[in-house]
Amino acid sequence: MLSETDRIQGDAPRASSRHWNRTARHVAAGLMAGVMLAGASMGTAAQAAEKTITAVMHSGLRVLDPIITTAHIVRDHGYMIYDVLVAQDHTFTPKPQMADWTISDDKTVYTFTLRDGLKFHDGSPVTAADAVASLKRWGQRDSGGQLIFDVTDSLAARDDKTIVWTLKEPYPPLLDTISKQSAVPPFIMPASVAATPPDQAITNHIGSGPFKFVESEYQPGVSVTYEKFDGYVPRDEPADWMAGGKVVNVDKVTWVTMPDAQTTINALLSGEVDYMEQVPVDLLPILQSSEDVTVEVRDPLGFQSIGRMNFLYPPFDNVKVRKAAMMALSQQDVMGTLVGNPDYYKICGSMFGCGTPLEDETGADTLINGGDIDGAKKLLAESGYDGTPVVLMQPTDVPTISAQPIVAAQALRNAGFTVDMQPMDWQTLVTRRASQAKPSEGGWNLFFTNWAVPEINSPLISPMLNGRGNDAWFGWPTDEKLEELRKEFIAAQTSEERKAVAHKIQAHAMDVVNYIPLGQFLSPQARSNKLTDMIQSPVPVFWQIKKAD
Amino acid sequence: MIGYIFRRILAVVPVMLIVAVFVFLLLRLTPGDPAAILAGDAATPAQLERIRTSLGLNEPIYVQFTTWVDQLMHGNLGISLISNTPVAQMIGQRIWPTINIAILTIILSVAIAVPMGVVAAWRHRTWVDYAVMSFSVLGFSVPVFVIGYVLIKFFSIDLRWLPVQGYTPPSQDFGKFLSRAILPCLTLATIYVALIARMTRASLLEVLGEDYIRTARAKGVKERVVLFRHALSNAAVPILTIIGTGFALLIGGVVVTESVFNIPGVGRLTVDAILARDYPVIQGIILLMSGTYVFINLLIDLSYSFFDPRIRY
Repeated sequence: MLSETDRIQGDAPRASSRHWNRTARHVAAGLMAGVMLAGASMGTAAQAAEKTITAVMHSGLRVLDPIITTAHIVRDHGYMIYDVLVAQDHTFTPKPQMADWTISDDKTVYTFTLRDGLKFHDGSPVTAADAVASLKRWGQRDSGGQLIFDVTDSLAARDDKTIVWTLKEPYPPLLDTISKQSAVPPFIMPASVAATPPDQAITNHIGSGPFKFVESEYQPGVSVTYEKFDGYVPRDEPADWMAGGKVVNVDKVTWVTMPDAQTTINALLSGEVDYMEQVPVDLLPILQSSEDVTVEVRDPLGFQSIGRMNFLYPPFDNVKVRKAAMMALSQQDVMGTLVGNPDYYKICGSMFGCGTPLEDETGADTLINGGDIDGAKKLLAESGYDGTPVVLMQPTDVPTISAQPIVAAQALRNAGFTVDMQPMDWQTLVTRRASQAKPSEGGWNLFFTNWAVPEINSPLISPMLNGRGNDAWFGWPTDEKLEELRKEFIAAQTSEERKAVAHKIQAHAMDVVNYIPLGQFLSPQARSNKLTDMIQSPVPVFWQIKKAD
Repeated sequence: MIGYIFRRILAVVPVMLIVAVFVFLLLRLTPGDPAAILAGDAATPAQLERIRTSLGLNEPIYVQFTTWVDQLMHGNLGISLISNTPVAQMIGQRIWPTINIAILTIILSVAIAVPMGVVAAWRHRTWVDYAVMSFSVLGFSVPVFVIGYVLIKFFSIDLRWLPVQGYTPPSQDFGKFLSRAILPCLTLATIYVALIARMTRASLLEVLGEDYIRTARAKGVKERVVLFRHALSNAAVPILTIIGTGFALLIGGVVVTESVFNIPGVGRLTVDAILARDYPVIQGIILLMSGTYVFINLLIDLSYSFFDPRIRY
């Protein structure tokens, strides 16, 4: 190598050759020193960060108000720094969290009593007035909360520890609603913060949850750090989903946003991060071959994929056409294309998700049995479909919603539909789906999205199961029978009665094709084996977790 | 010279104004709704409408524009619609990783590329020249993410010498900064080394054929002096142009590299802001980038006269 260099440079520049060699040695030495320094500092950092969990979540945190938005990452942030009055365990049963309760004999007065030792992160005690203000703000934003406030006579603090919620009429699902995990749980904030109008984001982030938000280290969309709140008094019961004792065993949790899944996997393998909330299924083999990493599913419910039609315009203003479209679709085709690995999806025709108390697959026969193209063709012919193009919106930048439109478009074409699939980014889609213009003039006929199962597991919280026309979710079905059935569900007193009404809602909603459930998929997570005692939960929580040295 | 600088700085004003108007209108004409991102998937049309009103998005466009310009006149880039954070603060957090990576990349690129280009020109049409040119073609051709992943696989996963990702400010821990910046800078430098080496070679080849070079050699001037003092300084103008433009491009955001190495720079901020239709952030970044381009171009122009005294302003 040296001789070659000498030969290349000849006689004249020999001096410069020696000079360059010296320079090269200096540069190499400098780089080595830098690398060693870096190595040393990494070692020091590793020692200092022994009880810090570095987690890569599914999305960057950019909004800090868990009431103003339904985004999951903001809900997850909410569970870190706030607490809730009532929380659900793995059987979906409401359990006391910040408060116990009693219900009057006529079931119109709920009295909540805050437990001892509750403090906000600034040291001030949590009072009933804080809870009342927080519930009122939440009730203006959350659709389930709005239903409760429709029948609320008064909600007030009797004293520092007692909240009295008086209803005009019994509302049996009240506890289920205020204990729900998603999309917007009623997090308890200081009354001064909860006084912020519900359509404006809060600017003060003090909660009473097990972790404190470290504002100085927050970079929107990049990283957020939480410190253990030493003043938090966990319940005595063992942690069970969102209920039970939230015992924190680490000093800090840092959420880092990594836009590239391969980078996250590399960082997990090299020990730079401890936890990856969502691992793309096609990259799982890389992690499964590592002895230092465990791949698992902590959320056994996962997500339901759905297709939603626009009820206002042809062809989907015709129920027969909607039925023909549903008949053409096969959950197996959709899930097989979207997920691939059958370990991570299940065929499920229930609008309330599978694995939930209201699971019911009535009316989903063709969907869960491979579709029925011939039946769809026949029904489409009977419907009088005139070839009106179906404007199908296809988001190209969200991997979990990119396969459904392609599979659906082909199935619809096979059944005889004319499909106009229009690719666009998700942002354009969410803007366009709010448009009630004709499909040919900037509107739409069909789009797809996914819901976390706890967001659709009841007719009271599922955004799609609303038949109030223009006040309903995008697609705007006007469905009086659905509204009647929802009222019937609200009035149901026992779980058996609720299940019976849910069965009727399932049958009706599938009959009118309120939306098309396209299967349920799970999201595998990966963790360093240094992390132990991670509990199963539909929300990624960081209490209970221990980190080995 | 001072008059020239003054005129160039004054010329920034209409440029920025045109950029401001253009960017503002372009964003408003692009489909998208920041309120939908803010509210999430389950928001009803009525809730979206209330949030739009609260964010001022229902105001007529000219009102939104005058409000924004008024804020700019007071040195305020506005507040992010999504994170509710001042835009200046967001850019301030994200610009330093980008600048530091850009500086290190340019230093690395110049340190490698200029000698490579000089040697290639000096040994024109020998295998050294062909090797340098082959490397240049390779540097241009291989996508940066491939180079990034290969470097990560080798240095981080297999050898475990360097971290996979992340960024530490040099002020916090210089060693850590260096260890985290080496791989992204090497990745980025590949293309710039190729670019600068080619430009250096081409410029030098042109100059090496000049009479004064032949004269210098005839007078017995050492080859090293001929190459670096006589030839390179006269070939510097196009090389400087390419270095300056390269630096401006690096500041403008290198999204792929920032994603592969998880560097919280301006490139990712820009992409995130565009995807979320966070108008004030996009507008702030583009204005900043326009100003940076104008400023760097001014510096390049001024540096010409340093290397070539015949150039006067």
